[in-house]
Amino acid sequence: MLKQIRRFRYQILVFLAVLGPGFITANVDNDSGGIFTYSAAGARFGYLPLWTLIPITLALIVTQEMCSRMGAVTGKGLSDLIREEFGLRVTFVIMTLLVLANMTNVMAEFAGVASSLELFHISRYISVPLSAAAVWFLVVKGNYKSVEKIFLFGCLLYVTYIISGFLVRPDWKAAAINSVEPKLMLDKDYIYMLIGMVGTTIAPWMQFYLQSAVVEKGITVKDYAASRLEVIVGCIMTDVVAFFIIVACAGAIWSIHPRDIGSAAEAALGLKPFGQYAFLLFSAGLFNASIFAACILPLSTAYTVCEGLGFESGVNRRMREAPVFYFLYTLLIVAGAGVILIPNFPLVRMILLSQVLNGALLPFVLIYMVLLINKKDLMGVWTNPRWFNLVVWITVVVMIGLTLALVGITVRGT
Amino acid sequence: MAGDYLYFTELAGMPVYDLKHRRIGRVRDAAIVPVVDSSRIDRVLVGGGDSWLTIRYDQIQSIALGKGIALSDEQLTPYHEDEFMLRIGRDLLDQQIIDVTGRKVVRVNDLTFEIRNDGERDTLVVLEVDIGIRSIFRRVLQHALPPRWIRRLQEPIPPSSIKWDFCNVLEPDPLRRLRLNISYEKLERMHPADLADIVEELSHAEREAIFESIDSEAAAEALTEVDPKMQASILEALEPEKAADIVEEMDPDEAADALAELEDETSEEILDEMESEPKTDVQELLEYEEDTAGGMMNTDFVALPEDALTADATAAIEGAEELLETLNTLFLVDAEGRPTASIPLARLFVAQPGARLKELAAETLITAPADEKQHRITELFDKYNLLTLPVVDEEGKLAGVITADDVISVLRNG
Repeated sequence: MLKQIRRFRYQILVFLAVLGPGFITANVDNDSGGIFTYSAAGARFGYLPLWTLIPITLALIVTQEMCSRMGAVTGKGLSDLIREEFGLRVTFVIMTLLVLANMTNVMAEFAGVASSLELFHISRYISVPLSAAAVWFLVVKGNYKSVEKIFLFGCLLYVTYIISGFLVRPDWKAAAINSVEPKLMLDKDYIYMLIGMVGTTIAPWMQFYLQSAVVEKGITVKDYAASRLEVIVGCIMTDVVAFFIIVACAGAIWSIHPRDIGSAAEAALGLKPFGQYAFLLFSAGLFNASIFAACILPLSTAYTVCEGLGFESGVNRRMREAPVFYFLYTLLIVAGAGVILIPNFPLVRMILLSQVLNGALLPFVLIYMVLLINKKDLMGVWTNPRWFNLVVWITVVVMIGLTLALVGITVRGT
Repeated sequence: MAGDYLYFTELAGMPVYDLKHRRIGRVRDAAIVPVVDSSRIDRVLVGGGDSWLTIRYDQIQSIALGKGIALSDEQLTPYHEDEFMLRIGRDLLDQQIIDVTGRKVVRVNDLTFEIRNDGERDTLVVLEVDIGIRSIFRRVLQHALPPRWIRRLQEPIPPSSIKWDFCNVLEPDPLRRLRLNISYEKLERMHPADLADIVEELSHAEREAIFESIDSEAAAEALTEVDPKMQASILEALEPEKAADIVEEMDPDEAADALAELEDETSEEILDEMESEPKTDVQELLEYEEDTAGGMMNTDFVALPEDALTADATAAIEGAEELLETLNTLFLVDAEGRPTASIPLARLFVAQPGARLKELAAETLITAPADEKQHRITELFDKYNLLTLPVVDEEGKLAGVITADDVISVLRNG
């Protein structure tokens, strides 16, 4: 008995030691774009879209697990591996697309910062420059360990969505039934919404970020079991948050009058009749998610590009030693925050563009991942078992199909 | 650059002509055979039809940009996998190597060859490994534009290359390392802190390969500088005998800290393989809690009887050769081994010959018990401006010393 307790304690310690990469990646997935998508789904269709969360969680786990496994086994980042196995030109193209896609993503995050703080009557001309400066300094002046701790704390703040979900007193019975009962309708908006939910869940940058973070943390095959558990728990937690966002908007907006909403901030306002707290928590959650993603995206992009193209990278280096790294990092933040301050900037178009770029990039990234993880000389005994490959290929094909459909609809819609 | 040069990006795809000037194929790859010559291209691999052919360097007549390779001998052998070949395209391009003089890990974008003519034939000799933007530019445009255009267009971009002699290729497989004549001797001459930085950037397989093959002393010094968590994973991966050799060479306090990070079973295995003297030192230190004076201290110190003369001190220092670089204080102990005075080393130089050491002692003697907390120790160092602090066990005997560098490590990691 005592031995079992000690064994259990040891396992918990190992789990805490590897805690970080998987949790953070999965949570950043619920960024301002994600929150908007989920809110819009709940406001327009109520509890109906909830059933998609289970397949989405599974797809998320499948892809994230592969990245963390590759990181633990090879000790190299995804862009390193793509470079080493598929050459420079492929890497160059992927990196260029990634920078473009992520730059528009960063714009969306700062837009989220601006609109969430405007709910608290703070002008965007104050909030955006301040938060951009804070983001820049946090990463440049901090070290990885303390930054990771701040990020983990940021993950905890997603709890605000769970509480605001409870505060609007939604119809729990309907929510429970719809979570497990798939509902398909041949309604254009409904299908578009479903695709959008899947599309915002698995983004190209996550794969690069997660794998690098696993490597950076020094997780090896020995700790891999704990690391995998961390990834799975993180993915589930992300979708639990998504569940509560949908439920909150279904309870507050759809149950009164189903309608389309134009932004996540509008969803927050919709919660106002259910009390000041529900509104405050929802808005605070939006701010947290936006600034959190605005911290990680530029950093992850700069790391990934420098790794893949062989420039020196890392916040532990001084600016003169890693000029390309700091240039990219700064550029992404300045450009991302800057455009928010330009009056009449076509932000919606930019966000749509980012979805298209993400969609164009994702198939390549996923296919390269599957090819890499099945290389014997790279992964040894850790290649995918056959049944897992089947699952992965199905996921990949479905993901690619949905993403292309999303790109198609987006392009036609504009 | 003297004479004629050629980039690997230009060599790849170059046409090869036989004696009657018929084109037999295009260059696919080229290889060095390091056991024969460390920089001469020994084989050129040509794709003709379905299979590849091998051209030995002495079968080549001339090599020229724009004209291709002309042969002097047509007896070509089919290509077969050869363990002694270091293939440029497969084994070097896009891989990481160590820049020994620049003390960093870099990724190979391209190689520059010199075309040397000895009157009889043209030979390619590897001059430099190209990194940086200029070589990325060449790679991205390779085969898309004629080589001469690329050469002209790249002019404004500053070159960035490393001399081939200063490159250290990485190869985790020991057998292959032997066959390819790769050694890590160049790394042993680097400063341990630089080597540690390099090692931290590599994947675990490459990291372990380096520690396995460099001499134990250099390995111990570098390992001391590596992040504690990574120390543990390196030691765990090595054979216990090799790990023990390295740990023996470390300072006992550093060794104890490294072993304390390991699982009990592994550290026992390593201790079993160690020589008895360093082993007892390390084992004694392992008894203390890590965050106490005992855990911080080192058992290497010079202690003399109370009535010792300066000549005795000189003799004692001569016998403690490994301490010469860092020693700054001597101690006097009574018959029971309890410290009674500390003598700053510099005072020995200005002392009258034949003086008693006691007369040179510092005014006050500060000591700390072995179970004193870490933060108290740093306070003592700050308050009394110490360089070395003697630590005493329960009976008041001198057990070890803490030096300023130990305190600095604590402050940086804390």
